[in-house]
Amino acid sequence: MARRKCGAQTLVFHSAPKIMSAATVVGPLEGEGPLGTCFDVVYPDQLAGHKSWEACERAMMKEAVSLALSKGGLTAEQVDFLLAGDLLNQIISCNFAARDLGIPFLGLYGACSSFAESLGLAASLVDAGFATHTLAAVSSHYGTSERQYRFPTEYGGQRPPHSQYTVTGSGAALVTSAAQAGKTQAVTHFTIGRVLDLGIKDPYDMGAAMAPAAADTLQRHLLDTGRTPTDYDLILTGDLASVGRNIMLELMDLAGIDIHANYDDCGCRIFDREQQPVFAGGSGCACAAVVTLGSVLKQMHDNDLQRVLVIATGALLSPLTYQQGETIPGVAHAIVLEQIEGGAQTGNG
Amino acid sequence: MSPSKDKQKVKKQQALQQEFQSIAKRQKPKPPLLRNVCVAYAVGGLICVIGQAISKFYTTLGFSAEDAGSPTVATLILIAAVLTGLGIYDVIGQFAGAGAAVPVTGFANSVVSAALEFKREGLVLGVGAKMFSLAGPVLVYGTVTAFVVGIIKACLR
Repeated sequence: MARRKCGAQTLVFHSAPKIMSAATVVGPLEGEGPLGTCFDVVYPDQLAGHKSWEACERAMMKEAVSLALSKGGLTAEQVDFLLAGDLLNQIISCNFAARDLGIPFLGLYGACSSFAESLGLAASLVDAGFATHTLAAVSSHYGTSERQYRFPTEYGGQRPPHSQYTVTGSGAALVTSAAQAGKTQAVTHFTIGRVLDLGIKDPYDMGAAMAPAAADTLQRHLLDTGRTPTDYDLILTGDLASVGRNIMLELMDLAGIDIHANYDDCGCRIFDREQQPVFAGGSGCACAAVVTLGSVLKQMHDNDLQRVLVIATGALLSPLTYQQGETIPGVAHAIVLEQIEGGAQTGNG
Repeated sequence: MSPSKDKQKVKKQQALQQEFQSIAKRQKPKPPLLRNVCVAYAVGGLICVIGQAISKFYTTLGFSAEDAGSPTVATLILIAAVLTGLGIYDVIGQFAGAGAAVPVTGFANSVVSAALEFKREGLVLGVGAKMFSLAGPVLVYGTVTAFVVGIIKACLR
């Protein structure tokens, strides 16, 4: 049997688990953004008729999961496992969503890297033969994050230009081992990142805190797979936003790896920073999820992109740690998405 | 690992951190200081002008200049509370920075925004407990400062 792990940190999925269907639900600001038409459901406001922002966030996740299921023509009972994560204390959004969905469930926390973590693990379970269908889902919400990590939303403090705006939304992907007719996107590799901390203390400066982890995971991925950046049509980080994106480019230049031609960040893509009050750009678990599942998969399906590396980035801070003066560790996990024809197997890298 | 190797590792990590932090510092956008200072001055000043006008209004109602102080502050707090509830004060705050934070209206905003934010957690553990989560330190250290200044004044007499 071919080796399932290449190099130090990368899993290779020889059976290429396919993304059977995906669904995205977002809030109003994301709906008005440049990718607004890519999303399945746009909520009219931050509450959408729910009694609290937290209730709204878990409703978003439930809706994204249900929509992914109905698009894939499956019922919840047919799914083997649900892997999900969010940003709130005790990951309550996905725990409560899983309570209502009734699918056997593993809760994950990788801050905003949870998207790649959940999708990579969902694909691992399918590739290893433990499951036929798995679901990966993440959510985040501007209101719930602000009040947990920072200040009440109506507080009139001035935010610095390098701060980021938490994406309200949820993305869910249904992963399957079953052969699919026509073009499908498959998950072929999963690079599990190391936690890196280069001493950033400012909780608003999350792009800078996460960029070293993203650069490290990208370098490890290329080393493990023997690939070069040009093997990808697009290298996409999760939520470094404009400040972290520039740092990422500089770090990769220092490492002698040129990614200028095909690198972008989900936090820069989801909002129009000139027109929307989002400062450096988007952040949150949902940022990487809705951009990848809403916009990138569509681009792949339209043959604009053949192979994409998504590096979801997470800032591993809590209000407690930064109040105690601790620095902010970062983590980044990468997944490779590749367009394949039907049930065809991909060669390994 | 031997202690010398450990030391080397720590040194290497420190060098890496320093190099990275210089990159991060360079890429961090500078807040527009001059603009912020000017806007804070103008908006903060404007709030004081409004306060002065309210004070004058109360003196026309028969309050002495000194007595007009309390209803003036109460009126400003009421205006700030309403603007916070309508979702306007945070926009003013983002625009004006310290100009909106330093006057008594900023204090009112910090209390009302916290009270609003936590109303869903109930009147006791939500509103009651969290209302002063931002304004609390101002009260604590304001009281402590007043106490210390009072002692100094008493000693100097």
